[in-house]
Amino acid sequence: MRALLTSKWTKVVVFLICLIPFANLLSRFIKGNLGINPVETLQHGTGDWTIRFIVFTLCITPFRKLLHLPDLIRFRRMLGLFAFFYVCLHFLTYLGPDQSFDLAGMWKDVYKRPFITVGFLGFVLLIPLALTSTAGWIRRLGGKRWQMLHRAIYVTAICGVIHYYWLVKSDVRKPVFYGSLVAILLLWRFGGWLSKRRSTVAAKISPQSAPVNPSQ
Amino acid sequence: MLIRKAQDLTYADVTPRSVYLDRRKFLRAMGIVGATAVAGKGLLELASPSVKAFAGTKFTGLVKSPFSTTEKLSTFDDVSHYNNYYEFGTDKSDPAKNAQKFQTSPWTVSVEGEVKTARKFTMDEILKLAPLEERIYRHRCVERWSIVVPWIGFSFNVLAKLAEPTPKARYVAFQTFYDSRQMPQAKYGGIDFPYVEGLRLDEAMNPLTLLCVGMYGETLPNQDGAPVRMVIPWKYGYKSIKSLVKIRFQEKEPPTTWNRYSSDEYGFYSNVNPNVDHPRWSQAKERRLGEIFTRPTVMFNGYSDQVASMYNGMDLKKFH
Repeated sequence: MRALLTSKWTKVVVFLICLIPFANLLSRFIKGNLGINPVETLQHGTGDWTIRFIVFTLCITPFRKLLHLPDLIRFRRMLGLFAFFYVCLHFLTYLGPDQSFDLAGMWKDVYKRPFITVGFLGFVLLIPLALTSTAGWIRRLGGKRWQMLHRAIYVTAICGVIHYYWLVKSDVRKPVFYGSLVAILLLWRFGGWLSKRRSTVAAKISPQSAPVNPSQ
Repeated sequence: MLIRKAQDLTYADVTPRSVYLDRRKFLRAMGIVGATAVAGKGLLELASPSVKAFAGTKFTGLVKSPFSTTEKLSTFDDVSHYNNYYEFGTDKSDPAKNAQKFQTSPWTVSVEGEVKTARKFTMDEILKLAPLEERIYRHRCVERWSIVVPWIGFSFNVLAKLAEPTPKARYVAFQTFYDSRQMPQAKYGGIDFPYVEGLRLDEAMNPLTLLCVGMYGETLPNQDGAPVRMVIPWKYGYKSIKSLVKIRFQEKEPPTTWNRYSSDEYGFYSNVNPNVDHPRWSQAKERRLGEIFTRPTVMFNGYSDQVASMYNGMDLKKFH
């Protein structure tokens, strides 16, 4: 398993697999085979793949720990960048067909529509993460600060789920499905943070804490 | 003027679409395209009896309507494969697949409530009430897409006048057929069934309000609301209730499905209005199916001349 995960060919294969949804949409676009409302098909397709890649990215850390596969880390940046790739396409389907590339109109929409605001916020938050995804930037920022910054993906994930939830009219099955996945992945991290905190606090307190108030 | 005598024909007289289409193929294959229709039909009834083909039968001699728009029609394929009919699933492509076996015959529409003559109408009776017109209407969905459809039917007020509403009747409540066994997808819809809608009496009596039995020259496909539906072109699509089984005249404003689901998002009136936005998205623009870029949405969906006076003095933001 380890050999498989560390092989440079695996990375190439995963990269190509991540491109399949894009290739599929592109070939359907060229063939004029995007259904009755092609813009909607592109918007929903790129949106679905954005939230999926965010979920894949968030899966890496828990899978590394739970499955004892630390080498999975090799794929995290790629998956995160694919999330960014699909969200850029998603944004373009909005800016182009919906807003006719009118930036002023777009800002008005972003300001006025919570549904757009929250989606746009999730998108914008991913930009610095994509820009600082290189080894050079990790060095420049320092591991700790870099990690803090990249926790912004948690906010993006939540924004994405809310954006999806506010899109649908009454059949909430899909947003609830992705919402549950994101909730599980974030709660797992929160649980880890809590237990870590408890143990460090306990470690700090324990030497003197046994007699809480000796005078009584 | 050429007005077909609808009284002479029954619903059973219209040629099933499959027969109509097959006949051409059949005749072409036989090399007798010039043969008389009578002979062709006789042969074909033998070859493929028209039992299952109730939906999709052809109407002839339709009266043209002055209410029709000259805008480019949406394609039949788009209008019959991009549907919001939550009883048959919430994806736009679901109803075309899941409504195929929907039983629309026999069918009766019950007219009741504040009327002098409450009664039930069969489909044959409905089709005889008035000459059938083709009305090409714009149709604007609350989701910001729109289509142009050649509906077939006649003004709802024809039926209403027959029922003779009493002075107490101020609203009309409509109800869609519901059967959880035929509509197993409905449970995922997130809204309550049966689907109900309503109009103020003057809205219902407006000549634009159409009792619709067909589109594109033939009976309604199941997924478009067969066998009879309402079409109210100046309101968002969800007001145009499908597969109608009950019409009730009443004194009080009736509950409506989407309003019950979320009253700040879907008002009782639901007039197409580019100036009053859905809380989650703007209603200023729409996408005509088949087009990439959006176009501005027009007040009352372009039917102001016929309907604006009904709302004089009303705050259309409050009564959205």
